[in-house]
Amino acid sequence: MKKQMYNSLRLKIIGLTLVVSITPLVLLGMAIYYRFARAHEARIEDQVRHLAESQSYAVDFFLRERISLLAMLADTHGFEKLSQPAALSELFETMNRRSEMLGLIDLGVIDCNGQHTAYVGPYDLKGRDYSNEPWFAEVMAKGKYISDVYMGFRRFPHFIIAVRARNGPQHWILRATTDSDVFNRLVKTAQSGRLGDAFIVNTEGIYQTAPRFQGKILGQSHIDPKNFSHGSTFVERRSKRGATDYFAGDWLNNDKWLMVIRQELRGQTDGLAKTRNTEIMIISLGILAIIMTTIFIAHSVVTHLEETAREMDKLNAQLIQSDKLAALGKMAAGIAHEINNPLAVIGEKAGWMKDLLLEEEFQNSPHLEEYATSLLKIESHVERARKITHNMLGFARRMEPHLDDVDIHQILDQTIELLDNHARINGIKIRKHYHSGVQIIASDQSQMQQVFLNLISNAIDAIESNGLIDVTTQQKNGTIVIRIQDDGPGIPKDQQHRIFDPFFSTKATGRGTGLGLSISYSIVEKLGGTITFESEPGKGTTFIVSLPAVAPEKK
Amino acid sequence: MKPVEGNHPPIRLLLIDDERGFVATLSKRLAKRNVKATQAFSGREGIQILRKADFDVVLLDLKMEDMDGLEVLKIIKIMIPDLPVIMLSGHASEETAHNGMRAGAYDYLTKPYDIQELIDKIASATKSDDE
Repeated sequence: MKKQMYNSLRLKIIGLTLVVSITPLVLLGMAIYYRFARAHEARIEDQVRHLAESQSYAVDFFLRERISLLAMLADTHGFEKLSQPAALSELFETMNRRSEMLGLIDLGVIDCNGQHTAYVGPYDLKGRDYSNEPWFAEVMAKGKYISDVYMGFRRFPHFIIAVRARNGPQHWILRATTDSDVFNRLVKTAQSGRLGDAFIVNTEGIYQTAPRFQGKILGQSHIDPKNFSHGSTFVERRSKRGATDYFAGDWLNNDKWLMVIRQELRGQTDGLAKTRNTEIMIISLGILAIIMTTIFIAHSVVTHLEETAREMDKLNAQLIQSDKLAALGKMAAGIAHEINNPLAVIGEKAGWMKDLLLEEEFQNSPHLEEYATSLLKIESHVERARKITHNMLGFARRMEPHLDDVDIHQILDQTIELLDNHARINGIKIRKHYHSGVQIIASDQSQMQQVFLNLISNAIDAIESNGLIDVTTQQKNGTIVIRIQDDGPGIPKDQQHRIFDPFFSTKATGRGTGLGLSISYSIVEKLGGTITFESEPGKGTTFIVSLPAVAPEKK
Repeated sequence: MKPVEGNHPPIRLLLIDDERGFVATLSKRLAKRNVKATQAFSGREGIQILRKADFDVVLLDLKMEDMDGLEVLKIIKIMIPDLPVIMLSGHASEETAHNGMRAGAYDYLTKPYDIQELIDKIASATKSDDE
């Protein structure tokens, strides 16, 4: 029952301490990790956004360069000259020869009415009317035009660049088809790391350059460009299967193409994962230390508590015992006194009758013998009753111990000498094991003798016949310990708790008052010592008297 | 039955005890042993008798109705310091007995006792008184 209580207390202490100490630790760890992850994400966002911005700038620059080139050619050569196919063809060849990187596929001149007046290139486009094409109107209105990428005749992705030039009051258009391969390569330079991607999509989300993953050129990117506002960058996060994709978009100057940088967090999170693992390890070690310390502390606290409680119980038991003894003592004294006076009268009357029996007239009585024996019986029973009341009074005695210089060995010798004859007759040997270090102490000689007399005669009575009694003395740490050990039958377990109770006796009626051990208990207690016993049924009993080694006063 | 030794005139003893049956019987028994006991049934009575007559020894019960035996003892010791007083106690309390001894009692006996024990004590008390 108690064990259960202590166990539940132990669990409560451990549980509460663990919750109170580990919860903040874990929360703190999570908070730190969260902050760190946020910072990390912010850094990646920044990185991606910055990359998108710079890449879009580079692409813009690339396109502007081409537009400028076309515009410059248109302005320097003029409509008249470039309308002649030979001149246009020469220019086209010169340009392609000088710069392969230009990637020009064809070159065409379109007049203000949308008529294709001259064309150099693989397609037969001369004489076509573009006046109804939407891009024609756009070039005429805005001065320049870049088309979306499309698959050309040669199954290569192309796009068209067109610029407007002025011929007197008339506008005309120089148009070039560009192989987007060069352009593609430029965009790809922004594909960073193992998982980084860079591509351009148009307003419908169609890939304008080949992405590194997930799709190919002119395929649907599933990116909704509307999410990316004009004139700024936008970071979009998509989470799938634990990985986070960061999309940063930056609109090009033509507002038709969106430069997209995609970065998957998984590829970039080695640092973050390492940090997290380190943190988890540190916190785990901390938790382990906390658990161990908590268990250790709870264990020592509860053990200490248990010990204290046990000592309290012992103390309480002792208190109850001495209270019982005191109360019984008072009662015993009252009874003994009340009985002693009538006993004295009985004794006197019997004595007087004995006196009278000696007189002559009684000497001749035929029943003289019977009278005499009866009187003797009365006297012996008065004596027996007297012994009992005297024991009761001795037990009740509340007189202060009379302190002499007491040599424990000497008292034991005297006591053993008193009992030795009785023991020898019963075949019992009393062995002494005296320790030489036992000092002379201040104690009550006669009371000590009474205690030893009680204990040793009890031992003799317990053995009955043929046995051994070992009397051992020892002094350690200011305490003198006297052990009286017999090899008798021991005290039955169910009687062990009662043996110090007054009037409790295992001896036959009339042979013991049941006060011996009670008296011994109160005497030893009054002298500041303790009396305990160890008994194992069948093996014997040991009574242990511990006395404080109080040095006698110097006289 | 052994009387007090020698051919002395009877020893004069004052017996102070409020247990009448006890006093009467004891007096008769003492008389048979050459001890002449005068009976007093209270402390007050005992002291009054002491004023009028001489005694060799006093047998005093420690617990009486009217006066504590110890008080009586103290008064006797003031009146006649040399008179030996043997205390009788039904109490058997050594503490009281010790107090009595300290107050000047010659000896003490606890009730009930053996008559011979009492005779011995009376003999030794009167003998030392003689010397």
